[in-house]
Amino acid sequence: MSNQIIQGILLGGYYALIACGLSFMFSVMRIINLAHGSLAVFAAYALWLLASRFHVSPFAGLLIVLPLMAAIGWALQRFLLERSARGGALLPILTTFGLAIVIDNLLFEQFGADTRSLAPYIGSLSYDSWEWPGNIYVGKLAVIMFATAVVLLGGLQLFLTRTRLGRSIRATSEDPDTAGLVGVDARRANAIAAAIAMVTVGLAGAFLGMRATFDPYAGAPQLLFAFEAAVIGGAGSLWGTLIGGIVLALAQTLGAQVHPQGFLIGGHAVFLVVLFVRLSASGLGVRGLLRLGRTS
Amino acid sequence: MSTPATMPVIERGTATSRIAAMAVAIIITLLAIAPQLLSAGAVDRMTALFIYVILAAMWNALAGFGGLVSVGQQVFFGLGAYFAIRLADAGLNPFLALFASGIVVGVVSIPLSLFMLRLRNGEFAIGMWVIAALTHLLVNLDRLVQGETGTSLISLNVYDAGTRRATIYWLALASMTALLAILFGLLRGSTGAAIRAIRDNEDAAASVGVRVTGTKRLLFVLAAFGIGIAGALWLATSITFQPKTYFNVQWTAYMIFMVLVGGIGTFEGAILGALAFFLIETWFGGTGVWYLVGLGATAVLFSLFLPRGLWGTIEERFGLRLLPVGYRVRLAAASADDDAMPSPQQTTMHQEKA
Repeated sequence: MSNQIIQGILLGGYYALIACGLSFMFSVMRIINLAHGSLAVFAAYALWLLASRFHVSPFAGLLIVLPLMAAIGWALQRFLLERSARGGALLPILTTFGLAIVIDNLLFEQFGADTRSLAPYIGSLSYDSWEWPGNIYVGKLAVIMFATAVVLLGGLQLFLTRTRLGRSIRATSEDPDTAGLVGVDARRANAIAAAIAMVTVGLAGAFLGMRATFDPYAGAPQLLFAFEAAVIGGAGSLWGTLIGGIVLALAQTLGAQVHPQGFLIGGHAVFLVVLFVRLSASGLGVRGLLRLGRTS
Repeated sequence: MSTPATMPVIERGTATSRIAAMAVAIIITLLAIAPQLLSAGAVDRMTALFIYVILAAMWNALAGFGGLVSVGQQVFFGLGAYFAIRLADAGLNPFLALFASGIVVGVVSIPLSLFMLRLRNGEFAIGMWVIAALTHLLVNLDRLVQGETGTSLISLNVYDAGTRRATIYWLALASMTALLAILFGLLRGSTGAAIRAIRDNEDAAASVGVRVTGTKRLLFVLAAFGIGIAGALWLATSITFQPKTYFNVQWTAYMIFMVLVGGIGTFEGAILGALAFFLIETWFGGTGVWYLVGLGATAVLFSLFLPRGLWGTIEERFGLRLLPVGYRVRLAAASADDDAMPSPQQTTMHQEKA
């Protein structure tokens, strides 16, 4: 049992990775990007293409894919979200949902229905494991994934608090107009924030491909996982996302123990329970469950 | 805005809208006798069109009027079909089961609304998607459904194909007409003013005493009921029930497409959008993936460049109202003008009031 708990915690690292971009974008721009999962799957396909056609290892491939994702994030903000956000809070949901449909089906058109994985291209890393005391085997990949999540969350936190750019992004998220008064370019801050969010999405896509299989329509479940982890983690800090991811993964692990189909049910159920508790605790009209608040 | 000395005239309809009302009555009568004249294939396609109109109108009621964008409306579509299967299995007449199922879905949506309506915007949107995913998994656990293998509405097979086809056609037509009439009545009545106030500014509406949550709940339950009926009707036309098909997010994608293209927040827009979707599906549905890419891309483009949709744009440009649910104020000075050519001032006014 303790073995499963440890696997669950490590899987939580993946969920934190995919969730942090979603909640980061939401807290800066107040937009939930429904194409979030599809973009992660897109990154996984890009790495797969590099590995299978050009024999570039997925880790080296990140050097190409992450800048590409950053560019996509920047363009996404400049050409789609900025315009659509002007039409109110509801329009970006529709825009990004339409975008998700386009991405999913283009991937299907290009790569077909076969499931793919990056596992064959990372050598023995996909199955290597360390033995820990107590006869517990932990996969090296899972540990790397978890460590990446911790480093990424910590790095983002430092970036937001310690750098000038990070502070201007936070200022924009608090109040774009006032930030503008003191000389912060809100458009630039938002575009950079979107680029950063997409880099985390690219990383999440890489680990999705390495630890499991994916197909063109795998984006939707990833979006749901990201959303659930972010909401469970709740407002406060980026570290909440890590806790949210771990709780989600543990619930899924537990669900799988109870029933063969319980993996996903367990995850969704814990999400609803947390949501219910938080809603009843805060009374009516919760604004922004995902909001990171004053990122300290 | 200048203040004319004479009193402004407040109207609920225009000459065009009175003609449109008669046209609607004629169209419905023609549609009712159509199965006698149409081929079997055409009757099936028309049934599909009626179901699309229901889906578009219900999603529009929720998003366009209630300000609640849901990406999980497939949950009600799937549940509508599922409860119909369950009720028919329990021995209820299959045609009756279709409507009983819609009512059950409506009832189920009430406790759900207590919970989900507290979420805002994007959180509500994905939250509903999570509900849909979870419901799909739970329905799969039902032994009757046999997981993704699915089951069929077998009891419908006692009717011969011709009777079945025509009955489902009339049921779909009647459901569509009734649901549109309910929505129209709701929007024209006193609730309609509250609904439009919420659509325009929720906080402001609450501050002047509009019962925001109650009104939203009404729309949420109506949409659940309508989409549940649509799901049950779809089951009746296709007989087989595979959870994956019914709980597929593509249903919501279709709803969003229809409403965005037709004109979000306009009564006529949803119908126009359903018609446009029906034609696009008829012409391009065979192209498979590219058709879906096209739908998604069109939705993105409309949301960016024509967020009011086709009907919203037409309405804005020409001041046209076929089925008016709002009020329009005609300034006395302009009242001499022809109805079809309102002054820009008028257009702005009625837009505000609509």
